[in-house]
Amino acid sequence: MSIWQYANPVKFLALSTRVQPVIWTAAVLCVAVGLLWGFFATPDDARQGATVKIIYLHVPAALMAINAWFMMLVASLIWLIRRHHVSALAAKAAAPVGVVMTLIALITGAIWGQPMWGTWWVWDPRLTSFLILFLFYLGYIALWEAVEDPDTAADLTSVLCLVGSVFAVLSRYAVKFWNQGLHQGTSVPVATGGRSVADVFFYPLVVSMVGFGLLFLALVLYRTGTEIRLRRASALLARAGRES
Amino acid sequence: MPELGKYAVEVLSAYAVSLVILAGLVLLTLRRGRAARAALARAEAETKGTVDAV
Repeated sequence: MSIWQYANPVKFLALSTRVQPVIWTAAVLCVAVGLLWGFFATPDDARQGATVKIIYLHVPAALMAINAWFMMLVASLIWLIRRHHVSALAAKAAAPVGVVMTLIALITGAIWGQPMWGTWWVWDPRLTSFLILFLFYLGYIALWEAVEDPDTAADLTSVLCLVGSVFAVLSRYAVKFWNQGLHQGTSVPVATGGRSVADVFFYPLVVSMVGFGLLFLALVLYRTGTEIRLRRASALLARAGRES
Repeated sequence: MPELGKYAVEVLSAYAVSLVILAGLVLLTLRRGRAARAALARAEAETKGTVDAV
């Protein structure tokens, strides 16, 4: 048994179809529980008041915005090295989900920033790198649509993904690199284990983060299946066209 | 409904915008998925395809 067997579209679709109901159910449950718990059952923060409730949207969306790009990076590298079509299609499928997560993080960040910082936007290293990541997402999607030959499109978008990874890394670590700007450091640093969030806010936040992660996975699996079917349909029609 | 005080507009608008965007993404994803299944079924019917081509 090897993970590469799922490079076969038929095997990928069979597994994906089998696991998706479980992942979708878990995703909807975790997102609903995390957001409802955070919104209705957590207190106001001493300094930020009720705006702290935005954390249950902002942090999970920002986390998935960056992780989606890293997932696309891995899939792109697999395409460039091993030429598995499913991995290129998975990267393509993930981009719209990533761009939506980035958009939510940017919007909720602006809404949160206005009352706390006194401004909707500031050219802070973290915010700026996040905006650039958002633009990379748009460019990535546009490039897939602009190039007619799918393999060429996969090659070009993979290279773009490699370049954009710099900004995905900067989005995560900009606060540490420059140690300046309005945006605070990571609230839940996984690597060090420490955190600056009290338990009463932390537990619903974790549930929401898990929910967003599962939602991302469910959407990417579904969308990859869609891309595989569209590719197969166009391959069948192209072959029929050549034979007639 | 929790007491959101003077930040009610900010909190509610953040939730409303995010949930609308997420719901839109899910709906568009499902709609495109259904269209792809239909397109593949049509292509297989037209070509009587037994080809495993991706």
